[in-house]
Amino acid sequence: MYVAAKGGERAIENAHRLLAHERRGDKNVAELRLDQISEQLSLAVDRVMSEGSLFDRELAALAIKQARGDLIEAIFLVRAFRTTLPRFGSAEPINTGDMRVQRRISATFKDVPGGQILGPTFDYTHRLLDPALEQGFIPEEPAITEAADLSTPCITDILGSDGLIEPSPQGAEITGDLTRDPLRFPAAHDVRLQNLARGDEGFLLAMAYSNVRGYFRSHPFAGEIRFGEVEVEFFAEDAGLTVPLGSIELTECQMVNKFNGSAKEAPRFTRGYGLSFGHSERKTMSMALVDRSLRARELGEDVVAPAQDEEFIMSHSDNVQAAGFVEHLKLPHYVDFQSELGLVRKLRQEFADANEALLVEEAAE
Amino acid sequence: MSSPAYNFAYLDEQTKRMVRRALLKAIAIPGYQVPFASREMPMPYGWGTGGVQVTAAIIGPADVLKVIDQGSDDTTNAVSIRKFFVKTAGVAATTATEDATIIQTRHRIPERALGEHQVLVYQVPIPEPLRFLEPRETETRRMHALAEYGLMHVKLYEDIAKFGHIATAYDYPVKVNDRYVMDPSPTPKFDNPKMDNCAAIQLFGAGTEKRIYAIPPYTKVVSLDFEDHPFVPYRFNAPCELCGSEDSYLDEIVTDDKGGRMFVCSDSDYCEGRQAAGHTGSLISAPYKERAARG
Repeated sequence: MYVAAKGGERAIENAHRLLAHERRGDKNVAELRLDQISEQLSLAVDRVMSEGSLFDRELAALAIKQARGDLIEAIFLVRAFRTTLPRFGSAEPINTGDMRVQRRISATFKDVPGGQILGPTFDYTHRLLDPALEQGFIPEEPAITEAADLSTPCITDILGSDGLIEPSPQGAEITGDLTRDPLRFPAAHDVRLQNLARGDEGFLLAMAYSNVRGYFRSHPFAGEIRFGEVEVEFFAEDAGLTVPLGSIELTECQMVNKFNGSAKEAPRFTRGYGLSFGHSERKTMSMALVDRSLRARELGEDVVAPAQDEEFIMSHSDNVQAAGFVEHLKLPHYVDFQSELGLVRKLRQEFADANEALLVEEAAE
Repeated sequence: MSSPAYNFAYLDEQTKRMVRRALLKAIAIPGYQVPFASREMPMPYGWGTGGVQVTAAIIGPADVLKVIDQGSDDTTNAVSIRKFFVKTAGVAATTATEDATIIQTRHRIPERALGEHQVLVYQVPIPEPLRFLEPRETETRRMHALAEYGLMHVKLYEDIAKFGHIATAYDYPVKVNDRYVMDPSPTPKFDNPKMDNCAAIQLFGAGTEKRIYAIPPYTKVVSLDFEDHPFVPYRFNAPCELCGSEDSYLDEIVTDDKGGRMFVCSDSDYCEGRQAAGHTGSLISAPYKERAARG
C-alpha cells in the first residue's frame, strides 16, 4: 500500500552523516591539516579567497577541507560567512605601484624600469608529471640575491606620460558594492570590476578566450602582470588618522588594447584591468580582457559579441549564483511536472484525434 | 579565526530593515518587482534564498511557521528550511495550515483558504514574467513601466493558434490590481484563483534575481486569458485515493513499472486533515483514526 513519504528529516541527517564519513576517506590515511592546505594548495586557497571575496587564508583552507576540495562549494561557504560580517568602512585605495613584487612581467617592452622579474611561475615548466613529488622531497633553497632598490612603476603609467594610453580613470569617491545594492544596468565601472573580481575564473576565461579568438577582436597586449604584497590602510575617523591593517597578496594585470579613435578622439591605447587576491594570472588576465570588452558602449564600439554585453556577462559570472540555480533543478518539481504531464497528455490526445479525423476523411474520399 | 555568531533568524538587523523597506514598497505597489540587496545565504541560490530572506525579515519570536514544498511539509527542502528557522529563530513550527502565522511555500498554495492573520511567503526562481520572451532586464523593466504587455498576449495567442489553447501549465501569468503582470512563481495554474482576493498577505522573494514583490490582502488577481478562451485551471480528474477529495490538486505517483499510477493530494496537511475527519479514498477503507491507533 502507498504511504506518503515521511521522514525527510531523518534522511537528511543520515545523508549528512554519510557525507562527513566520505569526506574523511580512509581513516588509516592521516587527516589533512589546514596549514597543509594553505601552504601546499595555496593557489586553491587564493582562488577561494578571491571569488569568495574574503582575504583569510585559514578560513579558505577550512572551506576547502569542508568542501572536500570542491572549490565552488568552498567559495560558497566563504561567501555565506562573509555576508554576516559587519561592515565598518572601506579601506583606503591600495597603491599597486608600491607593491613588493615577487613577479612582474611585461609583454610590451623588452626591458622596463625595475626589470622583468619571473618569480614563481608555471610558465616554461615542461608539463611532465614529476615522480619525485609522489614520495615527497625537500626542494632546493631558492636562489637569493640582494633586493634591487629599484621602484617598479606601473608600465601603463610609462605609456601614460606620452598620452599614448588613456589616463587611469579617477575612482569614485564612494565605490559601489553589489553585495549591498542590487545590480542595475547599465552598471558603473567600479561595480563591473567588482562583479568580475568575484566572477568565476572558468567563465571569465572562456569569455576572454572568445574575445581574443574573434568574437569581438580586442587586439590585447599584456602591458603588465605583477604579483606581490601591498599594504592595506584604513582611515579611522574616530582617531583622525590612517592606520595600517596589514598586507595582502595581490595579482594585478593591465591589458593594453588598441583603440582606433573616433571623430572626437585621437587613436590611442586603452586599458583593461584585472585584480585578484593571491596569485592568479589566468583570472586577472581574463578579467582584464573582459573588462576592456565591456567598455564597448563607452568607447562607441558596436556591441556584437557576448563578451561585450554587460548584462549577459554580469548576470552569469557568479559561480555561487549559477551553481545554485542550475542545481536547484534537483529539488522536487512534482507539482509542476504533474501539470505539464496533464498538458502534454491533452496535446497528444488532440493530436491523435486530429490525425484520426484526417484518416477518416481520407478514407471517405 | 573568528568564531561566527548569528543574529535572531540569521540576518542582521540592518539587512532585515533593508528587506522590510523593500516589502513595504512592494505592498504599496502590488505586483511591482522591487530590487533589493539580496544577501548570500547559507543555502544555495535557487533553493529558496529569497523566501528565506523575506521570512527572516518578518518573523518574530511569537510566530508559528509552516514550510511546504510541492504542497508537503515533508519534502527535503521544506524540512531543511523549517529546521533553519527553528534553529536560528527558535520559533514554533507546525504542519497545520490554520495554526501557522507565516507559511513559506515553494510551488503550491495550501488548499485551505488562508486568513487575515496569515502571511504566505513564496520562493521565486525567476520573478520576471516576461523573461522568457525578453531576456534583457533593461527591456522588461521598460515594458512594465509602460504597461506594455502586448508581447505576452501575442505569446498566449500563438499558443491558441498552434495548440487550440494556452499551453502554460504552471508559472501562469497574472495581472495584479489591474496594473502589473506578475509571475505567480512556478505554482500550477490550478492555484492561481486562490491568489485573487486572498485574505492573507502574499509576499514573493527572489534571492538570485534580487527582487521582492507582493500582493496585499483582498487584491484583484486575474489570470491572463481571452474572452473566447477563458482561463481554465487544470486538475487531474480523479478523487484523491487517500482522502477522496474531489477538489484538491493531485500528485501523480508511479506505483510500479507497468504503467501503474495513483493520485493523491499534493497538500499533505489538507489530506491528513480530511482523513482524520473520517473521509476516505478508494485505497483506504478504515478511517484515519483507527489506522492511527493501530500505528
